[in-house]
Amino acid sequence: MAMTLRPAEESAARELLRENFILTSLDAVLGWARSNSLWPLTSGLACCAIEMMSAAAGRFDLARFGYEVFRPSPRQADLLITAGTLTWKMAPVLKRLYEQMPEPKWVIAMGSCASTGGPFADSYSVVPGVDYVIPVDVYVPGCPPRPEALIDGILQLKAKIAKPQLTRGVIRYGR
Amino acid sequence: MTTRTEVYTLNMGPQHPGTHGVLRVILELDGETVVSATPELGYLHRGIEKLAESRTYAQIIPYTDRLDYLAAMNTNLGYCQAVEKLAAIEVPERAEYLRVIMAELGRIASHLIFLASIAIDLGGTTGMMYAFRDRERILDLFDAACGARMTFNYIRIGGLMADVDEAFLSGARTFLADFPAIMDEYHGLISGNEIFYYRLKDSSVVGRERALALGLTGPCLRAAGVDVDLRRDEPYGIYDRFSFKVPVGEKGDNWDRYIVRMEEMVESASIVAQALEKLPDGPVMAKVPKILKPPPGEVYHRVENPRGELGFYIVSDGSAKPYRFHVRRPSFQNLMAVDELCRGGKIADVVAALATLDPVMGEVDC
Amino acid sequence: MAANIEPVLLRYLAGLFPRIGFGDRPGDGLTVVTAPADEVYAVLKTLRGDEPFLMDTLGDLTAVDYPDRLEVVYHLYSSACGHKLAVRTGVTKGAAALPSVTGLWPAAEFAERETYDLLGVTFTGHPNLTRILLPEGFEGHPLRKDYSLPPRPATR
Repeated sequence: MAMTLRPAEESAARELLRENFILTSLDAVLGWARSNSLWPLTSGLACCAIEMMSAAAGRFDLARFGYEVFRPSPRQADLLITAGTLTWKMAPVLKRLYEQMPEPKWVIAMGSCASTGGPFADSYSVVPGVDYVIPVDVYVPGCPPRPEALIDGILQLKAKIAKPQLTRGVIRYGR
Repeated sequence: MTTRTEVYTLNMGPQHPGTHGVLRVILELDGETVVSATPELGYLHRGIEKLAESRTYAQIIPYTDRLDYLAAMNTNLGYCQAVEKLAAIEVPERAEYLRVIMAELGRIASHLIFLASIAIDLGGTTGMMYAFRDRERILDLFDAACGARMTFNYIRIGGLMADVDEAFLSGARTFLADFPAIMDEYHGLISGNEIFYYRLKDSSVVGRERALALGLTGPCLRAAGVDVDLRRDEPYGIYDRFSFKVPVGEKGDNWDRYIVRMEEMVESASIVAQALEKLPDGPVMAKVPKILKPPPGEVYHRVENPRGELGFYIVSDGSAKPYRFHVRRPSFQNLMAVDELCRGGKIADVVAALATLDPVMGEVDC
Repeated sequence: MAANIEPVLLRYLAGLFPRIGFGDRPGDGLTVVTAPADEVYAVLKTLRGDEPFLMDTLGDLTAVDYPDRLEVVYHLYSSACGHKLAVRTGVTKGAAALPSVTGLWPAAEFAERETYDLLGVTFTGHPNLTRILLPEGFEGHPLRKDYSLPPRPATR
């Protein structure tokens, strides 16, 4: 049954729609939601873990960006910050942790060791970069990176999650 | 019908927020009671001893930063003094004083991490925030001195990387002036908390005899009533010029290990104050060749780190690289006590025991 | 350099064990007792338990790979008397085995496991001589000089 509205009613309805609805794509909504509430896994491997804790503590206050909900269980986390040196003995464990995380999930390689093996790259027991074992989204250089650098890394990841198409080109710094 | 209980195995770590890094403890449990606890190490074994054989003496200093990364200044100091002993290098007076200032500030920073982690392990996230807040002030001082927050490479063979400026000295004085109030706050917030007290009191006891037999070192040994501190008993550097007390516990329970560290922080602050007062002028670096080649020989040098007795054993064959580099790590030794600490206790106390042992896995696994 | 140990104690030790040698090593000047491998346990036992040595603290235990031998080094301290000493002994690389000192100093347990793990010295009588740092199934002992780095895996 077709419904007819009087002109006054119609303009009120249009006003209501304009004020209360946003048209967008589902991807954009999901990207927006995911990028603003990452739940990192508490997985400290070495020195960088302390700087990761510093980032979450009062001064650097990761909570400003909504990323402070560090989860002890991989099943409740969607961001794996590999903070520190990965050894071949630890590698299967880290891989399992990654696999236990529900999709969608992201990985930040924090520090030189996680990115390339750092000063231990030529050691017999160190994995020269966690990307030998799991895929990495953002590399944060530093030994250890300062908390600001980690926060910047997370914000780069935020941009990547919100606009995945950007990663096909180059994410410009700060954009 | 009779009921019976059976022992079962619980795997704690290497990914567990209560194990302070990648330590794995295999627990045998009877209900909630721990039957045995076996530490499994090596998840952070980076092969520093092997790497050091292909690095020059100066290049090894950054690796010592990454051994005990919570007290990198102290570890730097131990290594540099070992090499100085080997190569017979005299360190300028001002550098000696600044080394003491850095090492003792490092000890406070390290014990603050202990405080933060024990607070969060026992369920008090707020306590962690307070300790991290005050640790930042020390890190700011280190940052001003050498531009790094955690891994410094500041103490060099023969002296220091650079002199400190007036801003550092006044910053250190301000921190020391505020320190008693900071400690009061901790005691009011954490030590004075009844739940915290009863969680720690009388749990995980390792008495004097067992502590000595197991080779516990540092605050864990002193908590058991053994009055040992290398800074006083075998003074290295210029530690014989300072007066300080060595806090000793009574019976070696978790509470003693906690309170000994809290009191050590006060003593460290007093050492820093004394060093600031006596700080002479002058150079901070001795004349050391760019490529140092110590004469053939061996050295074993031990220092009192926040976690206990840290020893460096270096064998030189006269070349620019050590023939053998070995570190005697206090946390490694302390972890031998995990079974003794946890056996017979409840599973919930395992986390408390690990927190008061305060291991740093970078050092344990080396 | 402060005196490490009274010379009279060393002469007494040399009287008990005629085959040992001693001297101050270059470097830190610490007195080193060199004992043959088959006698080192008896020497250590005397140093640990008997008057007047009472070396109740094992500071460090490790080994060094020299071209012709593996040398195990013990750094000992006496908390009661204040003297210190290093004891070393050479073992052949093919059959590197020594009696465990965990009976004398229980604190040696982890250090002996580490030495076994990284340098391949077997300590007989050790309660649990397994690899401690490297995973089970690791091949070789990396702190030996002839250990060569396995090629880096190519997957990336």
